[in-house]
Amino acid sequence: MTSKKTELMVGIFVALAIAATLLLALQVANQGMSGSGEIYKVSAKFDNIGGLKARSSVKVGGVIVGRVSRIYLDERELIPVVEMEISSNYARTFPETSSVSILTAGLLGEQYVGLTPGFVFPGEDPIYIGDQDGETKFIVDTKSALVLEDLIGQFLFGKDSE
Amino acid sequence: MNWLINLGANTLSRLSAIGNASLMLWGGLFAVPRLKNIPLIIQQVYVVGVQSLLIIIVSGLFIGMVMALQGYTILVNYGAEGSLGPMVALSLLRELGPVVTALLFAGRAGSALTAEIGLMKATEQLSSLEMMAVDPLRRIIAPRFWAGVISMPLLALIFSAVGILGGHLVGVDWLGVDSGSYWSIMQSTVDWDKDVINGVIKSVVFALVVVWIALYKGYDAIPTSEGISKATTETVVFSSLAILGIDFVLTALMFGIN
Repeated sequence: MTSKKTELMVGIFVALAIAATLLLALQVANQGMSGSGEIYKVSAKFDNIGGLKARSSVKVGGVIVGRVSRIYLDERELIPVVEMEISSNYARTFPETSSVSILTAGLLGEQYVGLTPGFVFPGEDPIYIGDQDGETKFIVDTKSALVLEDLIGQFLFGKDSE
Repeated sequence: MNWLINLGANTLSRLSAIGNASLMLWGGLFAVPRLKNIPLIIQQVYVVGVQSLLIIIVSGLFIGMVMALQGYTILVNYGAEGSLGPMVALSLLRELGPVVTALLFAGRAGSALTAEIGLMKATEQLSSLEMMAVDPLRRIIAPRFWAGVISMPLLALIFSAVGILGGHLVGVDWLGVDSGSYWSIMQSTVDWDKDVINGVIKSVVFALVVVWIALYKGYDAIPTSEGISKATTETVVFSSLAILGIDFVLTALMFGIN
């Protein structure tokens, strides 16, 4: 009942569908950093996170090194905590004195975490982020997101005091 | 008094229709494990899937091209034409791919299924099968059901992929968006689980609904020429409405609340 030609056409159909899936998988979708490879977690406390979301990227000079995994409010201090997953390729790379700031890509772009590597004191054993023991591995030096209203407020306040 | 009787009769006939359709779906779903039925399914994948390929590829190409053209004229005002890639890819993968494929499928394959089975009923082929102790649910309904459920997600994937390539054709090759930003911003925005897999889940659900409606309408058709024509029309109308309604519910569940 099923002729060879039918089978051939169905085979071509399925092969096309597989090709489409491969195109979508390899060319269109991102697999994310969380799925592939080892990661380690660090956190940072900010006064204001602006429009940062989970899955926003963590960049060093424009190179993506990780992603924001979770954002929550610290129950005691009532300030936002951003938890980041950094690829283990960059384990023991960024010194403890590194700073993180929330930046915006372009004028209308999405917000991301910019990590600026710090320095190591000469003659001391370097301590890297993610090295600290226990649950809390916090980056201390943080800069909050720029909020337009605050900026305008500062501008007006500055003008008044002149 | 009369309207009460009408109401009762209407309710009963609706309920029995739902019951009949469910019994047929049951027969279709549980008739799969026979190995010797697989050639029948392949035959139907050819009829339902392969023969729908051309219309799917052509409409996917043109929908991708139109979206790139429309999106470009709006995005270029904000200097954001780099976001053309994610716009085309996300709207195709999340909505247009599954929905338009299902609508085309209902028009192209669903109506054909209804007419075929309706005519089989009208010419008493189904009854003769039963007389030969061949279960028409197993022999006729089940292969078509499974062929539809297998073909539709594949068609939707092909539709989305062709549409994205069509968007590339217009956006990059014609309007001059940077090819690197078209692909790379798309890659950073589109998520495999959230966008691609959810689109596939959508089209599996649509396939179940469309094929179910098409087969039941054919199976239940009044065996006259008017009856078959009415059943074919109802297949297209009901499946299109069902697709759009279910699409809203699925979208709300999948992408609505984060």
